[in-house]
Amino acid sequence: MQRQEAPVAFKCSWAVRACDDEDGDIRCTLKVVHLQVPSAQTVARKAQRRRKYLEESLTAYLYLLPATVILITFHFAPVFYAFYVSLLDWNYISPNPTFVGLGNYAALLKDADFLTSLLNTVYYVVGTVPTSMAVALFVAVLLNQKIRGLAWYRTAYFLPVITAANAVAIVWFWIYHPDYSGLLNGLLDKVGLPIQSWLLDPKWAMPCIIAMSIWKGLGYNVVIFLAGLQNISAEYYEAAQIDGARGWQIFRHITWPLLSPTTFFVLIISVIGSFQVFSQVYVMTRGGPLKSTLVVVYYLYKIGFEDFRMGYASSMAYALFVVIFILTLLQRKYIGSRVHYQ
Amino acid sequence: MRRAITRHKASAIAARLLRSAGFHALLLSGAVIMLAPFAWMISTSLKDYGEVFTVPIRWIPSRLVWSNYVDAWNEAPFARYFFNSAFVASVTTIGQLTFSALAAYAFATMNFFGREVIFTLFLGTMMIPDQMTLVPNYVLLFKLGWIDSYYALIVPWLASVFAIFLMRQFFQTVPRELYDAAQIDGCTRFGYLWRVMVPLSRPVFITCGLFTFIGSWNAFLWPLIVTNTDRMRTIQVGLSTFMQEHGTVPTLLMAASTMAIMPVVIGFFFVQRQFIQGIARTGLKS
Repeated sequence: MQRQEAPVAFKCSWAVRACDDEDGDIRCTLKVVHLQVPSAQTVARKAQRRRKYLEESLTAYLYLLPATVILITFHFAPVFYAFYVSLLDWNYISPNPTFVGLGNYAALLKDADFLTSLLNTVYYVVGTVPTSMAVALFVAVLLNQKIRGLAWYRTAYFLPVITAANAVAIVWFWIYHPDYSGLLNGLLDKVGLPIQSWLLDPKWAMPCIIAMSIWKGLGYNVVIFLAGLQNISAEYYEAAQIDGARGWQIFRHITWPLLSPTTFFVLIISVIGSFQVFSQVYVMTRGGPLKSTLVVVYYLYKIGFEDFRMGYASSMAYALFVVIFILTLLQRKYIGSRVHYQ
Repeated sequence: MRRAITRHKASAIAARLLRSAGFHALLLSGAVIMLAPFAWMISTSLKDYGEVFTVPIRWIPSRLVWSNYVDAWNEAPFARYFFNSAFVASVTTIGQLTFSALAAYAFATMNFFGREVIFTLFLGTMMIPDQMTLVPNYVLLFKLGWIDSYYALIVPWLASVFAIFLMRQFFQTVPRELYDAAQIDGCTRFGYLWRVMVPLSRPVFITCGLFTFIGSWNAFLWPLIVTNTDRMRTIQVGLSTFMQEHGTVPTLLMAASTMAIMPVVIGFFFVQRQFIQGIARTGLKS
């Protein structure tokens, strides 16, 4: 070891070893492993390194600045500001809003329309997510059979995903047209079934929106499932086949468990996305008939941007946030624990 | 014996063919359902007004009425709507890619105080649903005097945590030695990002860019809230106003919908491979 120059600071490290002796006594050895006396050079180098770290930090902040400003202003701070607004009775223009404390939240609990919108949203989510996932998985499994024309099929299924929800909702609005000229009624009529008034019927309006939404979102789930299926190593299938597993057995015992991380991901994304349904409802039904399609985000839009009750709308946004948050946690806890990772 | 084997082989081939035919039949009927609404849209957009209401339904119009498109175009300021959408989507995409690349570059290559904390906070904003920010952002933009302006449509969307996250992951895979070598050659920190990192990460930039552009083009709720004149309406909001005013003329409505959908659909055919691979890799949701 080289001799060091004048000691400026000491840095020591110790090693403590405890071991059980044969007779049960515990003996400790304390050993100085390393004694380092830094040289002036090292100290200078350290100072330089610290300066460099400081310099690099400043540079990094400069690079982060634009994105940070946007994120704080439009995504982070609004969460706190929304809570403040939710304590007010305010139309956003008046200079002196009334402070109502938790009054908006209390009103929310007693608001029959809010409860309806919450139940309708749950109806929508339950109607959309499982069906869409099951059909998407089925299609993905078919597409995964080394089938010809895979790219063509995939594009066909994916096309609705990239089109604007409000624009295709207009098309579906006419598909669901209540007389014989509507596509759906035309088809029903052809096979001799009675026609329906679809979007004008409180019983049918929500199923109509659900069907359209499944059509719109299916391709996304197909693509994710297909990627998940292609990630499963062929070895598992070969091994299963050697053991004599066939068709459904392979799916049940190989594909399904190994696909579960993907399934779980699709489930979370779908539930959160479905809770925020808006465009279809806005275009096709405006929450009607008889509030049968009044969903939370549409109700929030109506309160906030048609009635301009900003405080009440904010309390609703908070409620929605909490619901989504709890759902995510629950899913993580109960379903997440059953996910198998390769 | 040999004949038996051949027969066995032949029946295996037949079974495989039958199976594959079954798959194709299923997939094809699914694809027909997926595409039927588009076909219906285009078919209706080319019909004569009277033909829309004929029973039974006619898929192929007896006469192609192209003038529906001209009429729709003239009924509302669609040129302005298109320009607004194209402008907003382009600026949002370029701005978002730039800001995200700068931030991702800092996270991936620099050592700085609070890096992990800041990154975690960034990721945390992904947990916040957009609806949460509607009211506060509207109030803020109102105070800034930005309602019904391009600022309102663009500025809030100039940063994307997801893009930052993806780019950071990609930047981290570029070996550090490359940076040292570039530095010896006199490359500045920014020069390294611009001349080395960005060209190397083209797939990530294309994926993020496509998503932002399509997302911005298709955005509905936010533009609906912050615009209130035809001067600023995007195509999607314009389409919805058009529907309120001409809701009873399906031919014009379908022509307008076709126009609003087509740019993205045509663009999609050129980039679909990157697009779908991008989703499969990242689970991005538009």
